[in-house]
Amino acid sequence: MSKKFHVSTTVNGDPVEFLCDSRETVLDVLRDRLSLTGAKEGCGTGDCGACSITVDDRLVCACLMLGAEAEGKSIETVEGIAAGEDLHPLQKRFIEYAALQCGICTPGILVAAKNLLEKHPDPTEEQVRYWLAGNLCRCTGYDKIIRAVMDTAAEMREAS
Amino acid sequence: MIPAGFEYHRPADVASALAILTTHGDEARVIAGGHSLIPMMKLRMAEMGHLVDLQDITELKGISVDGDTITIGAMTTQHELITSDALAEAAPIIREAALVIADPQVRYMGTIGGNVANGDPGNDMPGLMQCLDATYILVGPDGMRPVAAREFYEAAYFTAREDEEILTQISIPRPAPGTGYAYEKQKRKIGDYATAASGVMLTVAGGTCTSASIAMTNLADTPIWAEAAGAALVGSDLGEDAITAAIAAAKDAIDPVADNRGPVEFKMHVAGVILRRAIDRAIARAG
Ligand SMILES: Cc1cc2nc3c(=O)[nH]c(=O)nc-3n(C[C@H](O)[C@H](O)[C@H](O)COP(=O)(O)OP(=O)(O)OC[C@H]3O[C@@H](n4cnc5c(N)ncnc54)[C@H](O)[C@@H]3O)c2cc1C
Ligand code: FES
Ligand code: FES
Repeated sequence: MSKKFHVSTTVNGDPVEFLCDSRETVLDVLRDRLSLTGAKEGCGTGDCGACSITVDDRLVCACLMLGAEAEGKSIETVEGIAAGEDLHPLQKRFIEYAALQCGICTPGILVAAKNLLEKHPDPTEEQVRYWLAGNLCRCTGYDKIIRAVMDTAAEMREAS
Repeated sequence: MIPAGFEYHRPADVASALAILTTHGDEARVIAGGHSLIPMMKLRMAEMGHLVDLQDITELKGISVDGDTITIGAMTTQHELITSDALAEAAPIIREAALVIADPQVRYMGTIGGNVANGDPGNDMPGLMQCLDATYILVGPDGMRPVAAREFYEAAYFTAREDEEILTQISIPRPAPGTGYAYEKQKRKIGDYATAASGVMLTVAGGTCTSASIAMTNLADTPIWAEAAGAALVGSDLGEDAITAAIAAAKDAIDPVADNRGPVEFKMHVAGVILRRAIDRAIARAG
């Protein structure tokens, strides 16, 4: 049995410490040690994007980063998107447009879309589609997701 | 969760990383972005007692363009290749190739060093490095040695790198001004490895092709530098006869195998189509 690592990180703005085995991924740590079950394991090999989180503002697959690698990093997950009871504009649009059905892909897509809008507040549809290319959805056919992201972007630009 | 246990190390410099590799020999393996290695560990296709994470080693990072030489640190991510303005000016084919690798998530983590050291024929950067005539800088217990990318690949997952060596840098001769270029890739979907891909660089003066370099990706158990295909273009007017000859020479140099991307005949066909597109686009860009 390999030794345990003591890891200090920030998760959704809060300082968090955990112990983990070298074999655990960040996704294992979030779900099994920190009870943050928003990020999902669809494939475990980087293909589906259901585990998308941001680490120091980079959009990454939590299933392919080791827990031990998270030392000193700042992690954001879907749990940090809403302000308390107030849903993020993206979340409101996703509900309004029925941009989710089974919901497995939704946490990853919300994290990815929020990260995109922070970098590009006025994306073209092509940019949105390419940005979300690593997030598979087997239910919606993508169109509602793309429209929800485009319209949220417009709404957020007007509000700012 | 990765099934087999291992010790995780995160050294801060190349010397410390080498010390760990030397102590543990083939029981140790370096990890860069982990986006090829971690999936292999999860599938039990890679197992090691010691994993040496290179992410804190700043001497392995960064891009510099100095006169006629482009130097890229092994730990430079694909995202950094895409967003470097200096690189886009010096060798725009690198951005073009990096953009057809996987998706944003993978490109934020995957490094150029991991991509070229991996030895998977599906990786796109090794083919590109054939086209660019890059040199890999390897550092081991006995010091530093350069290896030409065109000499590096022996078979799938077998390369000229020894177990105790770390790839530190990639050195690329800056393409001449006006070089036409294209990296074309046919894939089943975004995020897939190539069914066939091709990198082309060429120069033209007074309507005559003065130099050409052609490489093919995922069409043999190593990346292929199709020397004869480039030679078929040089000295020609880049007309239909020369292009047909180049495509025939490239098809002679490759040796695809049937898999879930299609049978051999299909891959041969796609290779020809992709190479033609790459040559056409490179010609249109040459100035
Ligand atoms: C869903 C998905 C899709 C992908 N699609 C593509 C694609 O279309 N095209 C493509 O090219 N790639 C693709 N990749 C692979 C991706 O680009 C990898 O990130 C890349 O191949 C390896 O880089 P890495 O930094 O992640 O290396 P790692 O996975 O960390 O390492 C890979 C191998 O190289 C060795 N290594 C790494 N760095 C060094 C070094 N400095 N010195 C010596 N040895 C080293 C490691 O020991 C290991 O054996 C995909 C990956 C995923 C998960
Ligand atoms: S679970 Fe991470 S990409 Fe599918
Ligand atoms: S809503 Fe079911 S996978 Fe997207």
